[in-house]
Amino acid sequence: MLTFIAALIGLALTPVVGGLLAGVDRRVTARLQSRFGPPILQPFYDVLKLLGKAPMVVNSWQVMSAYIYVMSSALAVLLFFMQGDLLLLFFVMTIGAVFQVVGALSVPSPYAQVGAQRELLQMLAYEPLIIVVFVGISMATGSFKIADIYAMDKPLLLSMPFLFIALGYALTIKLRKSPFDISACHHAHQELVRGVLTEYSGPHLALLEIGHWFDVVLILGLCSLFWHTSIVGMVALLVVTYAAEILIDNICARMTWPWMLKNVLGVGLVLSVFNLLWLYVS
Amino acid sequence: MGLLENWINKGRLKSPWVVHFDCGSCNGCDIEVLACLTPVFDVERFGIINVGNPKHADVLLVTGTVNHRNKKVLKNIYDQMPDPKAVIAIGACGTSGGVFRECYNVVGGVDQVIPVDVYVPGCPAKPDAIIDGVVTALDVVKAKLGLGEMPKVTVID
Repeated sequence: MLTFIAALIGLALTPVVGGLLAGVDRRVTARLQSRFGPPILQPFYDVLKLLGKAPMVVNSWQVMSAYIYVMSSALAVLLFFMQGDLLLLFFVMTIGAVFQVVGALSVPSPYAQVGAQRELLQMLAYEPLIIVVFVGISMATGSFKIADIYAMDKPLLLSMPFLFIALGYALTIKLRKSPFDISACHHAHQELVRGVLTEYSGPHLALLEIGHWFDVVLILGLCSLFWHTSIVGMVALLVVTYAAEILIDNICARMTWPWMLKNVLGVGLVLSVFNLLWLYVS
Repeated sequence: MGLLENWINKGRLKSPWVVHFDCGSCNGCDIEVLACLTPVFDVERFGIINVGNPKHADVLLVTGTVNHRNKKVLKNIYDQMPDPKAVIAIGACGTSGGVFRECYNVVGGVDQVIPVDVYVPGCPAKPDAIIDGVVTALDVVKAKLGLGEMPKVTVID
């Protein structure tokens, strides 16, 4: 019961953390581009404004998809904080991702359609990597439970460094950062308008943004499992990871989906299999 | 409820996303609009983001004269923007029709088709005047929400 209450508090704090992260991200990105950048609280202003706009809906599927996306992302974060099963968490997270695609496919806009197809290709790229990371965790700890990771006395990063890099690929795709920002992104790349988000507006766009914050925190939470032994080590690992994400975002161009599939699945899976063999031997 | 309403109003004034429509401009004003996004002017300081989609936008920037061909397009884009919204007419052509005012194919300024909140004249309009126009448009939105007085000057010189 205590775990559940703590997990609920964590769930309530997640959007706050996600929004602040997005704000810091935008500010650091601006500084890297020799701009001043928006206030740190800018993502909250954006979402509050969107919540206050008049709803304009194309069809009811869109609305349902937005709600299911937010709910499944929030549920996945709740499962994470309750230290539940990694596989269950993965499937719940996937439901959200699928409904984001369903919402985009339910409208006739060609931008949303292309965005949805690209989102599916992105899922094809990052989901195998996340599954392989979970398999690696289960080989190292003997179970898929997050609680069993915390029972270990050594950080996972020491035995799974290559799987951490593979998870970094998944993080970059989930954060919608270059070079993988092909289905939707936050910058002024206009050839796809906003991809899967094109036909959403007002409060429903705000819901998707909040769901995105949940996703980002969840994937960063998965990264934090790699250094569970000390808070300082965990925070340092997350800061270094996120700083690397921002740097990669700013030095890379947007690439095409064949390039993404080749690189993410090629490099990522080879690194993962190598690490799995290492775990198997040791 | 009151607290949430306050927060939403604060967000409305701090995050104006703009969509830019070239309504038959010579591209002079368009270049100046895009110049606002560069590191020199950096409109993201004010939370302004250039979006490509009227459904996500709060402020419509229109450059160029309106003619009989594209007045429907302009009206359509305006109608796709969810409320509350503001319109800024940019350049001599956008504000009044400019040198093309009396042409047989020209309707006139943007305000002949949709309600305009702020006018930014100039040939072309300066980027700092355009940014000033967006900030003034926020005051107009604020006044429409009943939170302040209508700005006295809505023509940016």
